[in-house]
Formats: sequence, C-alpha cells, structure tokens
Amino acid sequence: MSIEICDLVRHASDSRQVLLDHVSLEVPKGYFVALIGPSGAGKTTLLRAIAGLDPYDSGTISLDGRIVTDIQARAGKMGFVFQHYALFPHMSVAKNIAFGLNILPARSRPSRKEIAARVQELLDLMQIPDLGNAYPARLSGGQKQRVALARALATHPQVLLLDEPFGALDPIVRRSIRGWLRDLHDRLGLTTVLVTHDQEEALDVADRVVIMQEGRIVQNASPQCLDSHPATEFVMEFLGESVSFSGVIHNGQMIPDEKTAFPFAVPDSWENGPIIAMIRPYEINLLPPDRQTDEQTNRQIVKIEAIPRGFRNGYRHYTIQLKERTIPFFVAQDAEIPTQPNGVLVGIGLDVSRARLFRPNI
Amino acid sequence: MRQFFFALFQSGHKQILPGFRFSITATLLWTGFLIVFPLSTLLIKPWQDGFGTMLSALHDGRMFAALWFSFSCAILAAICNIPFGLMLAWALVRAQLPGQRIADALIDLPLALPTAVTGITLATLYSTHGWLGAPLSQLGITASYGRLGVILALMFVGLPFVVRAVEPVLRTLPHDLEEAAMLLGASPRQIFMRVILTPLLPALITGFGLSFARGIGEYGSVIFIAGNQPFKSEIAPLLIVVRLQEFDYTGATAVALILLAISLLALFLVGLIHRRFSLWNEPA
Repeated sequence: MSIEICDLVRHASDSRQVLLDHVSLEVPKGYFVALIGPSGAGKTTLLRAIAGLDPYDSGTISLDGRIVTDIQARAGKMGFVFQHYALFPHMSVAKNIAFGLNILPARSRPSRKEIAARVQELLDLMQIPDLGNAYPARLSGGQKQRVALARALATHPQVLLLDEPFGALDPIVRRSIRGWLRDLHDRLGLTTVLVTHDQEEALDVADRVVIMQEGRIVQNASPQCLDSHPATEFVMEFLGESVSFSGVIHNGQMIPDEKTAFPFAVPDSWENGPIIAMIRPYEINLLPPDRQTDEQTNRQIVKIEAIPRGFRNGYRHYTIQLKERTIPFFVAQDAEIPTQPNGVLVGIGLDVSRARLFRPNI
Repeated sequence: MRQFFFALFQSGHKQILPGFRFSITATLLWTGFLIVFPLSTLLIKPWQDGFGTMLSALHDGRMFAALWFSFSCAILAAICNIPFGLMLAWALVRAQLPGQRIADALIDLPLALPTAVTGITLATLYSTHGWLGAPLSQLGITASYGRLGVILALMFVGLPFVVRAVEPVLRTLPHDLEEAAMLLGASPRQIFMRVILTPLLPALITGFGLSFARGIGEYGSVIFIAGNQPFKSEIAPLLIVVRLQEFDYTGATAVALILLAISLLALFLVGLIHRRFSLWNEPA
C-alpha cells in the first residue's frame, strides 16, 4: 500500500509555532522509509498524522490514491508500534496479539481456533514461540518490542509505522532487531515508515531516508545519494562528523581561507563567490612532505602534525591542530602511511578535494 | 506519608534506614497494643458470661434485622459509589477544568468532616420539608427515615475511598494504550471496557471494599437520617449503643463480634480478588 502525503500543515494548538510546514512525501509500495532529524523536527508528528492519531490543519493523506481522514478508515490496515510499546498490561502476550482480531464484529471475526493459530504463527515469526502466556511486565525490552510488532501485524496490515521502536533497547539487541526487522519487511512485503533519531540506524535499514528539520522535509533520498549529495549543510552535519572549510571559488578553483588546505578544482558549473566545503574526516588526505606541489604553487611550507587519538571502526583517529581550531582526521587502519616513532603523522598540507560544496546562506 | 511507609517496609537494609530495629519494635508495639489487643478482647469477652448466654444473645431477631439492614445498605451504597467514583476520578485526571484543585480538595471532605455534621446536614436536606426532600416527596419518594436515606448517607461517606483508590491508577495508565487500541480498530466502547476498565478493576475492588467496610460501621452520619425503628430501619452500630444503654453487655458484644467478622471477611475477600487480578503486575 502506497502512502501519499500532500502539503500537510499543522500548527501547535496554543501558539503559532509550526509543527508541520507544508510537508509532502510519497512512500511507494514496498519501500522502507526512515524519517530522521533532531528532536522537535516533526518526525513523530508526521508519523502520528499518517496514522490518524493527530489532527492537521490542512493537506491530505492518501493510501493507494484514496484520501483518508478518520482513524476508522485505517483500522487494521496500518500497524503502529509505539515508542514505549503500549502493550496492554492486563492481558497476556497472546491476548495482546489477538486484540485486533478479538474486537472485530462477530460476523467478520475469525473463529477462536483461527485466532489462536494466527497468534502462534506470529509468535513463531517473532522468534518468541513460548511467551504466549506471559504478562508484559515480565518481558525484557526486546521481547516487548517483538510483541508490540506482532500485535501490530495481527490484522495483516500492509503498512507498518514505527515510532522510535529501538529507543529503549541496548546496542546489541538494537543491531540484531534492526536487521531482523528489515528481513521481516521484505518477507511480508510491507510498506514501512520508521521514525528514529539515529542516523546510522536509518542509513543501515532504509531504502529512502527523509531528513526533517523544523517541521520541513530537508531531503528525501537514498542513503547513497544522501552521502554523496547532501542537500544542505545541516544534512551533511547530521549524517556524521564533518569538517567545514570556508573559502571562495575563483575561476574553477576552490581556494580555502586556511592556507593549510590546498586549493582544488571544482566543476565549471560553480560560479565565483564565497563557498563552504564540508568533508568527512576520513576523506581528508594529509599530503606527505616529499611532494613538491609547494614549489609549483609558490607556497610557504608549513609543517602540520596529526596526533594519534586511538582506533575506532577500522579507522585510526588523529587530530590536526590548525591555526585557530583542531580538526579530526581519520586514516583507514590498513593504509600504509609512514609514521614517526611516536605515532605522529607529518605533512605539509591537507587535500580536501572530496568535500561537498555549499553556498553560504547570507 | 505513604511513601514513608513503603520505604519502611520495603527497604529493610540497616544501612539505608537508620534505627530500623527501633522503628520495627515501635511498629510492632503500636499494632499490638492498639489493634491486636483490643480486637482479641472483643473475641474473648463475650464468652465469659457463659456459652449459653452468648448463644441466646446471638439468636436475636432484632439483631439480625439490624445487621441485614446495615449490610444491605452498605453494599448498595458501595455499588452505587463505583460508577460515581470512577466518573469523578476520570474528571479529576483527564478533564482540564477550572476549579479542579478545589474539586480535588472537596472530595476528601467527607473524610474530614465530623460525621455528626454530615448526619445533620443530610437529615435536614432530605427531610420531607428539606430542599431536596420536599421535591422528592412530591414525586412520592421518601428519602429520609428509611433505606434510601441511609444509602445516600453511606454513599456520601464512602465516595472518597473509591475516588482515591482509582485516581492514581488512572493517572498512571498510559494514554498510548487507548491510541494503540484505536489503531487496532477498537470502538470507543470496546476501548473503555477492555483497555481502561479492566486495568482499573483491582483499584475499583479496593475502593468498593473500603467503602463497604466504612458503610458497615458508619454511625454518626446515618443515625439522623435513618428512622431507627427496630426491625425496620435500625442500623447495627446503633443497636450496640441501645444494648449498652440497657446494660446488656453480652448483647452488645454479640453485635460487635458479628460486625468484626463481617469487616474482616470483607477485607479478606477484597484481598483475595485483588491478588487474582494483580497477576499481571508481577515483574519477572
């Protein structure tokens, strides 16, 4: 089931603060979309609007091209998993999962046996086959998560909405349940919208990542595209650690203000003017002293040092002291780079040619 | 106050609570002298005049009529208090109304008010010439000096128990339970019955039990509005007073003994049902 959101606007009830600012979004059938952004960006507000839990001032939401307004039109077609699971504390796990089926009017309700079979099927699918009789208070966070998911899936919905479902889980469970969820999405042919504030999670699991900021969608792209072509400085910053260099573009050359960063060629489409170059720490190259570029560019040789700061995720971390600030700098762990005995790297300049360029907002 | 009590019993670590031994001794002495000792004398005393006298005292028609009157009125009042108490608690927790704090304070008033004041107020209000009694009597309903009046008085004193038992549970009931049920397709009636009312059942039973226990023994607020006619509208606590005035100590203690048994039984049953329902609250 595809979801189309058209020009959704919502103001906070007591102030004129805009919660959703003309949001339009299309989620094609079978896609796994992640909504990310800082707290207060409107991710959850948008998700709750899709579910019909929160009202909105204007705009439309349609499922498979049909506009839906009330929550009854969505009942059973959408599974929603709450941040804190919202399991019914007074019902056993099996009763929780069967809730969506048990409340159906008598003529469309499956028989008792069919419901029990469906519950067991879901428990097996969630890999918690023996928990049917337990009460939610006895479950661990990961188990509650699975029960909440099973309950949401009981009525065979085609859309799954997840509101920060991994927020309360520890990192190991989080990683395993994430992969398992993606697998489930593919197997059941669902259309999934996931809200998270963890960009790594979103990039890991989603087909498309929608970045929100102050009630607006800033960028809606695939994870690859998001990394290579971030729409704004905010997106670049939000997706991971980055270093920015301000400078100017002059005749097809980006000339950083800091002389330690070397100028580099940019495509001709960039016109002359001020520019900001942003780069990931692992994309920076430290130019070794034996290169003779300094003679060609008639620069003064300034020796710079990268001081080691340990290892993480297959990268050696360094910090480089520039004139007015310290920047991070990562080198792949297996890269062959001549180091001094104390581990310090020495260079004569920084190659930042892999940076993304942004026009500064004036 | 309540938190202090929980802390006293739950964290029995000497290190955390200084003077734990002292406080546990004080607690045991306190409960021993003020609760267990008087109650045990009540159990022993009646039989001192001989087994036969006590048995004949227990075979008293007037006493059974009074006990039945008290019992039935208390149970009806407690039943009536459940929906009203639930609605009041709901309004206090969910509705954002002006003057909510005042309403919140007023709910406890029946507990704080001297019972005689309550009794006189209700009696004048519901008497055939009172503000509420007059229109009611025109409709052919005599509120005062009968069962209805007693039930009204008992509802008045018992209501705070239900409200105060339900309110904290309702307050901690997460709102997203209702949203989850709504998204699963439940109708408002189904949400109320299955998602809200069921988790409140233990609290409602507690409120009912406390309200009932209070109603069984209530004296001051009832005697003015009850007709106090033997065999018809006489409450059991009043019968104790009557017997004492007749210097019939055996008869008085016989009534007291049965009242005590009923109260204990009520508390026991409430505890039993409560435990059955609170299965879901037990963590691993």
